[in-house]
Amino acid sequence: MTARERIAGNVAGYVDDRTGAAKWMKKNLTKVFPDHWSFLLGEICLYSFIILLLSGTYLTFWFDPSQREVIYEGSYEPLNGLKMSAAYASTLDLSFEVRGGLLMRQIHHWAALIFMVGIVVHLLRVYFTGAFRKPREFNWIIGVGLLTLGIVEGFLGYSLPDDLLSGTGIRIAEAIIQAIPVVGSYLAFFAFGGAFPGESFIPRIYTVHVLLLPGIFLALITVHLMLVWYQKHTQFPGPGRTEKNVVGYPLMPVYMAKAGGFFFIVFGVTAFLGAVASINPIWLYGPYTPGQISAGSQPDWYMGWLDGLVRMAPPLETHAFGYTISWNILIPGLILPGIMFTLLALYPFIESWATGDKREHHLLDRPRNAPNRTAIGAMALTFTLVCLLNGGNDIIATTFRLTINQMMWFSRIAVVVLPPIAFIVTKRICLSLQRADRELVLHGKETGRLVRLPHGEFVEVHEPISAEKAWTLTSHEQLAPLEISEYDASGVRLPGSLKNKIRNRISRANAVAVPKATESERKELEGHH
Amino acid sequence: MSNEIELIKDPGLPEHIHRRADLDEKYAKRAENQVAILFMLSAVGTLLLIFSYIFIDTDSFIFIPVMGEVNSHQLFLGLGMAMALFFIGAGAIHWAKTLMPDHEVIAERHEFRSPDEDREEFVKTVKSGAGAAGLGRRPLIKRTLGLALGLSGLTPLLLLRDLGPLPEDELTKTSWKAGTRLVTDPGDRPIKATDLEVGAVAQTLPELAEGEHRTLNDIAKDAVLLIRLRPEEFNLDAERLSWTHEGIIAFSKICSHMGCAVALYEQQTKHLLCPCHQSTFDVTRAAKVIFGPAARPLPQLAITVDSEGYLVAQAPFNEPVGPSFWERSS
Repeated sequence: MTARERIAGNVAGYVDDRTGAAKWMKKNLTKVFPDHWSFLLGEICLYSFIILLLSGTYLTFWFDPSQREVIYEGSYEPLNGLKMSAAYASTLDLSFEVRGGLLMRQIHHWAALIFMVGIVVHLLRVYFTGAFRKPREFNWIIGVGLLTLGIVEGFLGYSLPDDLLSGTGIRIAEAIIQAIPVVGSYLAFFAFGGAFPGESFIPRIYTVHVLLLPGIFLALITVHLMLVWYQKHTQFPGPGRTEKNVVGYPLMPVYMAKAGGFFFIVFGVTAFLGAVASINPIWLYGPYTPGQISAGSQPDWYMGWLDGLVRMAPPLETHAFGYTISWNILIPGLILPGIMFTLLALYPFIESWATGDKREHHLLDRPRNAPNRTAIGAMALTFTLVCLLNGGNDIIATTFRLTINQMMWFSRIAVVVLPPIAFIVTKRICLSLQRADRELVLHGKETGRLVRLPHGEFVEVHEPISAEKAWTLTSHEQLAPLEISEYDASGVRLPGSLKNKIRNRISRANAVAVPKATESERKELEGHH
Repeated sequence: MSNEIELIKDPGLPEHIHRRADLDEKYAKRAENQVAILFMLSAVGTLLLIFSYIFIDTDSFIFIPVMGEVNSHQLFLGLGMAMALFFIGAGAIHWAKTLMPDHEVIAERHEFRSPDEDREEFVKTVKSGAGAAGLGRRPLIKRTLGLALGLSGLTPLLLLRDLGPLPEDELTKTSWKAGTRLVTDPGDRPIKATDLEVGAVAQTLPELAEGEHRTLNDIAKDAVLLIRLRPEEFNLDAERLSWTHEGIIAFSKICSHMGCAVALYEQQTKHLLCPCHQSTFDVTRAAKVIFGPAARPLPQLAITVDSEGYLVAQAPFNEPVGPSFWERSS
């Protein structure tokens, strides 16, 4: 035993005597993690969050969250002598007087953008592969919570510098609060400590941004990871992989090196972006004043679809009995997003209700093998993308020499028409891909080699695919429709028959599939050749 | 041939393919060197960071194609940091992929469901625990506890009450009064009708009395846009026409939709456009909404001139300015 091993052994012994950790560590250090590039998406989110904590802490050392009026006397000439809030002035100082301060601001903002991209793409991966199914519904809901809080946290974060652009965003948020029926004006006055803008909101959102929400994030992320750890990761179907096992690399040393290394890669890329791609140059916007605005005001991308929805809303307002309801704000600003996030959170339960599938699933679906789910996802994505596009309608109009009116009408129509089209097209594509899989398994892959048969016929030689590939393409399950009876034995309608009818319809639609290739069919075909 | 459909079978985990570094020490050595080079690149990155921090001036600029003029201090600081971090990661991953064992391992999953006897035991424990507390047998305790908990929930609501004052008439009133002069923003100079040419726009605020201070809250309600057209271009009823002065018309600059500053004026079409959500208002028809999500025209301020010829408000706004709210009556 070398000296180093002896010391390590003593330390480990000391800790284990007091915690009994050795048993747990022994088991978990060899924990197996399946490998797939798409499993890195969640890691990107976690690492961006750590980068956000680190860079954010740095920024708090100089940022002054106050709306006290000061006169700027810094090294950025164009704003010298101007009245502004201490928040804005300290952000300028952070950018121009503190060495590396601007870099840290850029890293913080880039990390936030990457965090949100990571969450959304991770969500899409989990959705389209069916990883949210039993037993992972809790984690899905936590994920939807993290997405929602992420949007809020990001919005509050870019509102803190109190520049002209961010103040405009706050103004819009205030208008949404104010539009809530009955209690709206009261809520707005409580939130802002009086009429807009007041002098309270920067210090208040600062507390929420640096303490309250990060605390909630930390708690939710911890639970999210503990559940992943305990339930073990899902895996893609393939040879040797079943619902009962997990195939991959052990945590120590391979996964530690890979995951730990990946943290540095994410951090490095974020720092690179912060160094070369300047975002949110607040010194160009000037300090916030409610009487001014810059053309082309745009929120960050994850708010863009909400802004796009607000932009395309028809001008509806109800005035009755001396009161006002602003549908043009409530529907796009609160009601539709509320419905969308609720449906998103409940999706695992809706799907298992429709399919009647209450079993555990650890093998992922290939998106083509769940055409309905994939098509619903494509539909929701199309809706959101049209909204996002409309969130940049002014920029798009000026860039492509269109009028705002053309853009707006395109969006208003497209947001209703395109999602159902996306559903139908996606479902067709999925079924075609299933057909292609079947073809591939039964007839092998095209080689491009033409052969002339003795009687003059030309045929293309097909090469059979490997046993592994054939298994991967056919190992999925094809569920039969539910067929819940709507009538009892004597032909009387059962209670709840309408509900069952709907379930039957959905589950029939869900069960539409191209029959997967079987060994019997393969043998039969071989017999023909 | 049987009628039973035979499915394609799982061939099991494919045979492990050894990497070159596993079989040949020469390749393993090469991989080791590559990892070392990556780690050294990281060290170079940190050196670049230290160098930039100390020796590059914070106000020195450098021209880089595509990026244009950039601050070289920030740029090299960032590049150094990016290198330092990225190559630690690249080295670690290269190490894992080339030299660490790459045998795929199979682990069995455990069932999450507890055994039936545990579940029954759990239910029994909860029941006996609840029974021991006697909550079901003592409704008085249950009800008073419910009352106490419910009431204590009001405490935070109550304590949060002083977050802000009640709205009262804050949302409906502005600083404009009959006879208030319109002054330029910025500059605070009173304006004569002759100061504005046809087609011109001016941002104005109410004149401050001696010793008064203007806050952002005032601007958020008081900002007014003056636009001068030729009088015959108006398409207004008699009352609204009487609110204009020699072709000068005044509107609240705060959007009736969500309160952004309506700052884009198209001189050719005489449309006002809000850059936030593109609500478009027709100046010739008293800022009627002709496009976009806004549901109400911009409130018009009645103006005239005082004895010295300066533009003044005839009267306060006759409706609240800015976005809608529940208590708004029209």
